[in-house]
Formats: sequence, C-alpha cells, structure tokens
Amino acid sequence: MGIIQTNKLVFEYIRRDEEGNAEGITRAVDEVDLDVKQGEFVAILGHNGSGKSTLAKHINAILYPTEGTVLVDGQDTREEAHVWEIRQKAGMVFQNPDNQIIGQVVEEDVGFGPENMGVPTKEIWERVEESLKAVGMYAFRKHSPNKLSGGQKQRVSIAGVIAMHPKCIILDEPTAMLDPNGRKEVIRVVRALNHVEEVTILLITHYMEEVIYADRVIVMDQGRAVMQGTPREIFSQVERLKSLRLDVPQVTMLAHSLQKKGVPLPDGILTAEELADALGYRKG
Amino acid sequence: MLRDITLGQYYQTESVIHRLDPRVKLTGTILYIISLFLFNQFTGYLVAALFLCVVIRLSKVPFRYMVRGMKAILFLLLFTMAFNLFLTPGEPLVQFWKLTITREGLRISVFMAIRLTFLIIGSSVMTLTTTPNHLTDGMEKLMGPLKKVRVPVHEVSMMMSIALRFIPILMEETDKIMKAQIARGADFESGNLVKKAKAMVPLLVPLFISAFRRANDLAMAMEARCYQGGAGRTKMKPLQYARRDYLAYGVLIAYLLALMLMKYVGSFI
Repeated sequence: MGIIQTNKLVFEYIRRDEEGNAEGITRAVDEVDLDVKQGEFVAILGHNGSGKSTLAKHINAILYPTEGTVLVDGQDTREEAHVWEIRQKAGMVFQNPDNQIIGQVVEEDVGFGPENMGVPTKEIWERVEESLKAVGMYAFRKHSPNKLSGGQKQRVSIAGVIAMHPKCIILDEPTAMLDPNGRKEVIRVVRALNHVEEVTILLITHYMEEVIYADRVIVMDQGRAVMQGTPREIFSQVERLKSLRLDVPQVTMLAHSLQKKGVPLPDGILTAEELADALGYRKG
Repeated sequence: MLRDITLGQYYQTESVIHRLDPRVKLTGTILYIISLFLFNQFTGYLVAALFLCVVIRLSKVPFRYMVRGMKAILFLLLFTMAFNLFLTPGEPLVQFWKLTITREGLRISVFMAIRLTFLIIGSSVMTLTTTPNHLTDGMEKLMGPLKKVRVPVHEVSMMMSIALRFIPILMEETDKIMKAQIARGADFESGNLVKKAKAMVPLLVPLFISAFRRANDLAMAMEARCYQGGAGRTKMKPLQYARRDYLAYGVLIAYLLALMLMKYVGSFI
C-alpha cells in the first residue's frame, strides 16, 4: 500500500458574496484518487485554480475532505488522534519562504519542528546539523533568514521539514516566488533528497521544466486528475496539454513543431540533449 | 531609510556580561533599578556608580553607546530637575523673580537626575548585551510560575519572537508600498500633520492586509510543523545556569549588602 492514498477525495467550499451570504458551492477537488508509493517522486501539474494546492493541504491534515478519505501511511487524516503524527510524517513546504520561517536564526528555525515534537535537546542539534547539510545550508546556520536569497530561504524551509524526519515531503509551489537560479537550487535539493535519502516527494508546480525529473506526473484541471503518466508520456501529448492551458517545456515544443513540419522525431522529447541526439547533432 | 532602524540595540562583542544567562541580567537590572530608589545619601550613589562602572567595563561596550539612550530622555530629565528644583518647599537658598531654589529642592533634583541617568544606563547595559531572542527566552523562563495562574507566558513570548522576526520584513514591505504609491503620485512629505496622517491611509491599508495574510500563512506553516502550543515542547537552546551565573548572583547580593552598609554609614554623616 502507498504512503499517500486518497480515495474519491472531494473538497467543497461555499462561495460567499461581500455580505457573507452563500452564493454557491465550489468543488475545489473532485473525486481524486491518488496512490503514491514510498520513495516515489510525483509531480502534480495544473494552472491556477486547478485544485492542486487544496489537494496538497489535505495530505498534511490542514484541510479535511468533504467526501472520500485521505490515508497517510495508513492513517486517516480525519481521525483527530492521528493529526500530529500525520503532520510529522508528511512534511509540507509552502510557497512563500518568508511566511514559513519562524526562527530569527537559521538553525533555530530548523529546530522548530523537532522542538514541537518534544525531541530531546541533544538530538535536536544532531537533526539540525544533518538537515542543514542535506540542503547545503550548513555554512549559513548562524545567519538571519532575512539576509538570505529566496532560494536559500526555501532550502532552509526544506531543512526545517527534513529535521522532523518525515516519510514524505509535500512541496506546494516551492519555486513560484523564486528567480531562475533559486528555482534550480531548490529543485536540485529536492531531487537529491529523493535519490539519496529516498524521501517520497510530492511536488506541486506549474513550471514544466521541474516535472521532467519526476517518476510520475499528474495533471489536474478543475479539481480533477485529468492526465497521469511518466513525464515522457505526458509531454508527448502536446495538444492536450495546450488545451489545459499548460505550457510544454520549450525543447518539447520545438521538437513537436519540427515533427509537425515533417522532421522524423520520437514523441515526448524532454531535454536539449535528447533533441540534439535525435537530430544527430550531438558530438561525442 | 526605513531599514536602518535596528531593533533593540544589541552590541555584538564577546564579554562576560554578554555570556551571562538572560535571567541573571533581567533580575539584575530590575534589582538595580529598585535599589536606586532605596537610599537618599551620596554614599549610596557612590556604590551604585561604582557598580555600574564595573559592569560597563566588563561588558566591553563603548561608553558612547550607553549615553546614546540618554538623548531620548534628556527633555524628561531637565523637566524633572526643573520641577524639583523650583517647586520643593523648604529653606530658601537663592531667590530671583518669583522662583525660589531651596536647599531641599536642590538635593532632590540632583538625586532625581542621578537616579534617572543610572536607570537608563543600567537598562541600556542589559539591552546592549542581550539579543532580543535571549531576552524573550529569559522572560518566558522567569515568568514560568505565572503559568499556574493562567497567564499565557509561552504564547506571549512566542508572539514577541515572531514580532521580532517580522518587523524587518514588514519594514521592507512598507518601503515597497511607499515607493509604489509615490510612483503613482502619492505625496507623503508635504502638508501639515493632519494631511500627512491622511496620506498614510493608502500605505497602512495594504500593509495591514498583507500582514494578516502573512499571519495566516505563518499559522498554517507552524501547524504543519506540529506546533501545538507550549505543552510538551522541548528547547533547542535551553537556558541553563553556569557557574558564572551563580557568581553574578553573588555579586548582585554583595552589591545590595554594600548599599545597606552605606545607608547605615551615611546616616551618621
């Protein structure tokens, strides 16, 4: 059984007008079935308002399903007794790095989670050291978070989650507010965690370039999981993605256009190297 | 411009006073301030001055930093002095126009000035040698017993440390909003006080909205990291008394004893 499992998950909220009267009901998540295995790297794609963040908040027991169930490591998020255990097992990294750093010193922020869990002092220090090293921020441990770049702040947030020793990490658009360099830093760290530490990763994003490393991609639209497959399978359906208002990576787009013009190329090219190879231009 | 404001006034250096437990410094400062009002003889002030000088010396903070705090209360100081000088009844010393300076008035106003000066410098020593973080930790620990009478000690100290973390962020944001409004023709500089206050509205509204949004996000992030209040929480950097802290308490007691002795001696002079 997978580490994260949702069965026919539905989440509805009531839309209200300015006076607070109910206007109608919106289904933010509509019958989503998800099954993420231990050690897997799953990416969820979707444009704004597709319900991907709402889905993510269910896994950390911040939101509770209207219908259906969410199981994290076999525990139902709706059972109150399990909430804290679930939050420890499924760590969450949010979009805005400034709004999730609590400590005034990097190391204190990383220690915040373990402190809340009641980990003994000596072990907190060990965990902080190990997590800061895992994200390559150990040299900054005594710095104030205000002086760091966006990418560095986000790596500190990730370290803060790792220090709680979660089984999986959910990243809710962690790169949306970062510059291209910061984005690369964060994605590199996430991939390393998945490869080296074998942490299950659920990456929510609308940047296509970030999902090509995932084991599996799920595309969401209007609260439904509309496409599912390996990045290659997903990106070979360029027209379908466009109709969902999603951009395909530039290289894939180029390959697709060439293909349409009659250049013989395979479907779903993801990187520049692959395209060069396919065109026979790669020099040894 | 806004980013220049530093919070607290911590002066970074290595000294015995810096390394003391914040609880020692807090109790020390409070006791010192109380002690200033306990005596009325010059001998007592000698002891208090000596004690302060030794502490300042040990703290390795340049003296001008201590005096900086004085500027803020200079007006208050002169005001208090003037009132005490002219309005205390007693044996007249000097008399001109309608004002009389009495012997008692002179004595009280000088004492008052010395007290206020020592009080400000004394508390400056604490804020200059303790990081705001440490100070909050110290307060939480010192107020610990109040938890039994349902004072939310942990919550208050958590709020203080979050405020400290967010002040620079909100400052930066204010700066950003201000620039955005200026770019669209807002005028924050000219006009009288009322006009200036009115000009702040388009600055404060977006700032408040963003502050609430941040608070909401932060609360969610804290809960996601298993924050459930003070109960069952461990500390990464627990406060622990070292030998030097007990020693400092000893010195503090010695100072109070010396004061009492001086009071006794002073009563004969």
